[in-house]
Amino acid sequence: MEIGMLPISASKRGKLLAAGYTTLHSIATTSITHLATDIEVSESEALEILNFATRNSALERSSGSNTNVIQGGQTAWDMLNEERFSSSITTSCADLDNILGGGINCKEVTEIGGVPGIGKTQIGIQLAVNVQIPLDYGGLGGKAIYIDTEGSFMVERVLQIAEACIEDMSEYSHHFHKDNQAYGVKMHPNSILENIFYFRVCSYTEQIALVNYLDKFVTEHKDVKIIIIDSVTFHFRQDFEDMALRTRLLGEMSLKLMKLAKNFSLAVVMLNQVTTKHVEGSFQLTLALGDSWSHSCTNRIILYWNGDERHAYIDKSPSLKSASAPYSVTSRGIRNSTSSSKRIKMV
Amino acid sequence: MANKLINQLGLPKSIANIFAARNIITAKALLLMEQRVRNESLAGHLPTRLKGLDEALCGGIPFGVLTELVGPPGIGKTQFCLKLSLLASLPVNCGGLEGRVIYIDVESKFSSKRLIEIGTKSFPEIFHKKGMAQEMAGRIMILRPTSLSEFAESLHRIKVSLLQQQVKLLIIDSMAALVLGEHDSGASRQQALGWHVSFIKSLAEFSRIPIVLTNQVRSQIGDESLMYSFQARSHSTKEDTPVTFDSHLVAALGINWAHAVTIRLVLESKSGQRFIKLAKSPISPPLAFPFNITASGIVLLDDNGIEMKGPEINNIHCQGQNALSNYERVRHQL
Repeated sequence: MEIGMLPISASKRGKLLAAGYTTLHSIATTSITHLATDIEVSESEALEILNFATRNSALERSSGSNTNVIQGGQTAWDMLNEERFSSSITTSCADLDNILGGGINCKEVTEIGGVPGIGKTQIGIQLAVNVQIPLDYGGLGGKAIYIDTEGSFMVERVLQIAEACIEDMSEYSHHFHKDNQAYGVKMHPNSILENIFYFRVCSYTEQIALVNYLDKFVTEHKDVKIIIIDSVTFHFRQDFEDMALRTRLLGEMSLKLMKLAKNFSLAVVMLNQVTTKHVEGSFQLTLALGDSWSHSCTNRIILYWNGDERHAYIDKSPSLKSASAPYSVTSRGIRNSTSSSKRIKMV
Repeated sequence: MANKLINQLGLPKSIANIFAARNIITAKALLLMEQRVRNESLAGHLPTRLKGLDEALCGGIPFGVLTELVGPPGIGKTQFCLKLSLLASLPVNCGGLEGRVIYIDVESKFSSKRLIEIGTKSFPEIFHKKGMAQEMAGRIMILRPTSLSEFAESLHRIKVSLLQQQVKLLIIDSMAALVLGEHDSGASRQQALGWHVSFIKSLAEFSRIPIVLTNQVRSQIGDESLMYSFQARSHSTKEDTPVTFDSHLVAALGINWAHAVTIRLVLESKSGQRFIKLAKSPISPPLAFPFNITASGIVLLDDNGIEMKGPEINNIHCQGQNALSNYERVRHQL
């Protein structure tokens, strides 16, 4: 047995076997505290055993850096290199893409909220279509998962947006590949629809069950690059008496989604509703689900009316500047705002 | 690419059961569309016979989602509902759904006399046939619950016939009266409303029928529309807009309700002309259509519609009030 290869005392070896650590792999993938409690040794001794195990085990650390001690960690330098190549999904509105640093980022959870009718579902559908833009056209060539909790996913509209997207791509290829006649766009609106995995959930239990199931689903469909939940709020707003339970469930769900985003390098977009709250003597609009929920996402975008124009404001982001940009909802989907007034406003 | 049945994916039994119960067998949007086009009559929409509105709504009132009609009293919401119930009971070859209609009439506004009048004026060739009027009016079932719980009970009872595809349209006139008469305080009312909204929505989803609800308006003092905290910060520095204390109309039942409905049609009266506006719709541009109420129900004066910019489309006007109340009196003399 591999345990026999470890240069440790026989009694420790016996304790390891008794605690169920039969292979070096099982020791290498456990944490120091667990090991220490399981075999009843001090933490420094456990650390020693761990080091031996990882050195001798067949596990190859992928980053090759000094992460032997802290399992599952990554240095900031490695992350920087990864981030350089991480991709983003365009929103089809150049101004919006600009303030987002290129688009909705993969490996991140983005929350988008706004009043009814501002265009949340429209952005959701646009992203589900845009994620499928082929690599040749600067897209990700991926598939989308659309989790519909409210029934606002209307297929006629998706078809409209898909057709417009294909037309735009044809125009683009026309401009840049004038000589190359064979460079036609081979996509058909039906194939765009085919690549959107649509789930309809009717209660919060279904929603949670589905999020738990997603890990397995995405493992089998590795080309899914975006998960859109429209809206994450609806089932948690109706008839929930135990607020503490709600906070717990929401917290768990958001952790799972974050894990999905990181592990599979996809983007998670959660659409949220608004509610009013009493602040400093007046009522203000705020995104629903409470204060603890506002920590659950990486980025938070609020869609609002600025006069007659729709604007998007980056409310919270670890890497993006607070800015707002105008956009519009047209028959072809989300596009740049056509007003000639001042564009991006830094706040 | 695997399009496996969920029960072949080896899920834990509890999750698989939930999905099977919800009929989530496969999960592709195209399949959804094909299924709907194949199985549903009229490709999933109930035409309202108002050309401009039907075009904007990709065919008509969509199946499986909640459509709300909101407007001041006397504007024509009940008239619209009467017309719709008639349209749903029409035979299929005349563009109807040939099904039963459940009309939840909370405020006792349903007038069968008016229904027959609309029918004979709009579809004379059908209604003058012997027995047709009786057959069609016989398909419309009126329920008059006096409380939310009674309402929920009646829904439970008709759930079976809903799921068996016999009922093709559910109209609730009005949702506001049902809810607002019930509780006093905000919190318990919101909770009761929340539960019923969820229930009605899942009913719509399972039975794939159109559900039309009417809503009232209430006045709101002050013209400061609600803002976010980041807006408030920049706004408070500008003191140029004078604060007025005019009251204006907003839809009742709150913002939670506004999120829950899928399509919101605002009916209003501006300078004596009535408009029906598509205030919230995932499939339509923001259009406003001028309309009148005639003997044959609602007619649009212009099928092209006026495109409205900005949040103006959500506002509810009630100008020319005298004209409306005059009309009410004339109508009731029928």
